[in-house]
Amino acid sequence: MSMTKPIATTRSATGIPTGKLAVWWVIGSEIVIFGGLLASYVMHRLGHPEWAEYASHTNTWFGGANTFVLLTSSLFAVLAHHAAEQGDGKKAAKWLLGTCAGGLVFLCIKAVEWTGEIQHGYTITSNGFWSFYYTAAGLHALHVIAGCIIMLIIANDARKGKELQRVELIGIYWHFVDIVWIFLFPLLYIAK
Amino acid sequence: MAEHQDHAEDHGQAYYVKIWAILLVLLILSILGPIVAPHVAFGFLEAWMITLMTAFGIAVVKAYLVAANFMHLNVEKRYITYLLTTMIVLMLLFFAGTAPDVMKHKGQNWENVAAEAEVERALAAEGKDPHAEHGGDHDDAAH
Repeated sequence: MSMTKPIATTRSATGIPTGKLAVWWVIGSEIVIFGGLLASYVMHRLGHPEWAEYASHTNTWFGGANTFVLLTSSLFAVLAHHAAEQGDGKKAAKWLLGTCAGGLVFLCIKAVEWTGEIQHGYTITSNGFWSFYYTAAGLHALHVIAGCIIMLIIANDARKGKELQRVELIGIYWHFVDIVWIFLFPLLYIAK
Repeated sequence: MAEHQDHAEDHGQAYYVKIWAILLVLLILSILGPIVAPHVAFGFLEAWMITLMTAFGIAVVKAYLVAANFMHLNVEKRYITYLLTTMIVLMLLFFAGTAPDVMKHKGQNWENVAAEAEVERALAAEGKDPHAEHGGDHDDAAH
């Protein structure tokens, strides 16, 4: 066995490469984190009829635009994976940069949206609804920022044809962040 | 591995673009849901029910499409599906255990006075009748 990599990297009892398995476990724990937060929101929303009025102030068009941006960046991420599978590191890096650009557009839209809301007096301390709104969307935005940073590092390696298997791993994470938003969107913007 | 490569050949760029296009159509439908709902509501099918279906029904379909096709769960080892399902079940367990105490403000031997007072205060401030069951809740879903 080659000793150039740590033993854990080459060990595979499940038949799944270690790095990929680790990403799936991260996502498993993320399901509980976001799931717990969203489940808490749902039970509070159902128990507080007065939140309907608070929720009516969120802007569906901002949420819809951001859903479009994230879905499109997910497409770029899977195209990066497709390129990496064909051994084309340069192309994979380009698609990853596109994905990252999607993340940045998402954050810019969110910044404009939040600025307007805060100027209207809807802050994280206004009431229970806005506390959940900023906490859930904020935690999600932190995941977008983290994903972008990791993506830039992986794109830099992929550009040189190194560690191409990681392109799929950051893609899996990114799609998960997309799925979280897919549920945040109806919760905070549609069914209000 | 060979199986995975076959899969990659089947799923070219056009395939992923097609999934993305379906996702965008679903997104548009979920945005249109609350706008169209009041006009198509009839009989027992009220506007807020249609909104909930277009909002969360479509969200589940979108999440499935992304997980199956973009995350490749459809060709991933079953182990991963079991892992993710377990986590979702844990989340539902948390909801089932906690929701009754949060959604209700009064039980046989307990009363959440603070929550009741807040609902009353806020609804009065909004100019709604605090004593109406779920005052105006479902009307607002149609916005």
